[in-house]
Amino acid sequence: MNAIRIGWLYLKVGVMNELQYRVNFFVQLLQSLIQVGTGLVMLSLVYSHTKELHGWSEAELLTLIGVQIVLGGVIHTFIQPNMERLLEDVQQGTLDYALTKPQDSQVLLSVRQVRMWQVVEMISGLILVIVGLTRLEQSIGPVDVLAFAFSLAVGAVLIYCFWLIVTTGAFWVVRMEHVLELFEGVYQTGRWPVGVYPGWLRYSVTFLVPVAFAVTVPAQALTSRLQLQTFLISVGFAVVLFTFTRWFWHFGLRRYSGASA
Amino acid sequence: MTVEAAPLPQAGRLRSFVDFYATTMRTAVATQFQYRAANYFYMLGMVAEPVIYLVVWSAIARSNGGNVNGITAEGFAAYYIVWTLVRNMNIVFGAPFWEWRIREGQFSGQLLRPMHPIHFDIAYFAGWKFVVIILWIPIAVGLSLVFHPALSPSALEIAVFLVAIWGAYLLRTAVQETIGMLNFWTTRGAAVFDLYMASELLLSGRLVPLKLMPEWVQTLANFLPFKWTFGFPIESLVGNMSTQSLLLGLAAQALWIVGSFVVFRFAFRFAVRHYSAVGG
Repeated sequence: MNAIRIGWLYLKVGVMNELQYRVNFFVQLLQSLIQVGTGLVMLSLVYSHTKELHGWSEAELLTLIGVQIVLGGVIHTFIQPNMERLLEDVQQGTLDYALTKPQDSQVLLSVRQVRMWQVVEMISGLILVIVGLTRLEQSIGPVDVLAFAFSLAVGAVLIYCFWLIVTTGAFWVVRMEHVLELFEGVYQTGRWPVGVYPGWLRYSVTFLVPVAFAVTVPAQALTSRLQLQTFLISVGFAVVLFTFTRWFWHFGLRRYSGASA
Repeated sequence: MTVEAAPLPQAGRLRSFVDFYATTMRTAVATQFQYRAANYFYMLGMVAEPVIYLVVWSAIARSNGGNVNGITAEGFAAYYIVWTLVRNMNIVFGAPFWEWRIREGQFSGQLLRPMHPIHFDIAYFAGWKFVVIILWIPIAVGLSLVFHPALSPSALEIAVFLVAIWGAYLLRTAVQETIGMLNFWTTRGAAVFDLYMASELLLSGRLVPLKLMPEWVQTLANFLPFKWTFGFPIESLVGNMSTQSLLLGLAAQALWIVGSFVVFRFAFRFAVRHYSAVGG
């Protein structure tokens, strides 16, 4: 409960901070338009040469791209800013300030930053999802929507865990800022159904960097191709990964000797 | 503000230039080799992008009975593997870094030097390229083992390619530095950079070989700079172009490079006049 209260407080402060920079909203809007635009161009290029890609029609793939953009928005709003700050704090020794606070360190460093204007990205992704869904032939029931929302949340947890594990690596390797590029690159694999990729790549983006679980599973829920088994595996995987992440964070923390004091 | 730096002595001018370039490039090589791991993370992250395009288009080629507009899966493999090298050559002192340079007060110091700051950018990144090329080789070998590219270039194609990738480097430097001048007037340059990146993505051959684009896009691309930094170098090696179009391509590249640097010169002159120092 305490964790939620702290998260809520930091969220409020973060939003108030961001509201001072209103022009950023328009910059973000333009960036989202460009992102959606290039996504649509690629989609129409692909489907001008083929009818279906690994069993996915154009409308279904539009939904998938939408889900990828929504989750990207979640990552850019809540997860990535915190992890970037953590990396910086480890490099500069300012992490001490967070660690000396009388709160759970993992909670604290996961909620400190919020980039509110990235919400635009989530909304633009959601619009794509809705447009894609209206073009689908089959209709979606409330169960599909619930499964979608839940698996999207599971996806966010998975991505958060992955990010925190990698960022904790900064306790050993201090210069980790290029990891950001690595992740952004790999995250783009989520734009396409995971079945397209050759085996080795499919497994890496499923388990190593859990993009497939995070993006494909929610999109499967919306396009009524999600099997209960896949759903349960992704939930189970999230629980295991979260437990491991928590252990790994404390393990890494023991390595940290501070740099400022 | 006006700047009156001491001019270089005329007699040793050329030698100073050569010395400066050689030393800066050597420094870049030494520095960047220190950060091999960081460089590798960065390069591996970049590999994801072409691999995605490659996998998607190969899948379409196979489901279409072997090819898309005449490009086979192996052809796509060749295109996107060469792409990775060209992409790395395309990393230059980018427009957004001008903001940092101005904000942090770096620029004021650089203005006092007897040499135009762009020489440092060109030399440093050119030196860095040698490290990048060496680090790229294992990546290319790995990708080739996985995707089996069809690549059988002639000696002329290789020669043109080797010139064209450096041409691409210079052209992109000139264009990015020119756009970077916007930072002297606004702190919201990011919007313009994003528009530039999106146009480049679509019109350069970065997203797909231009052959797959509609006719009018291909025509449009011929009259814009983007293609000469991306699509042309790649096609020169993998595209089986005629000798005439290879040489014409190099000429077009050269023309764009000269033109862009001329524009940069003007833009820079205006920008410096507008500049009010930060830091020092």
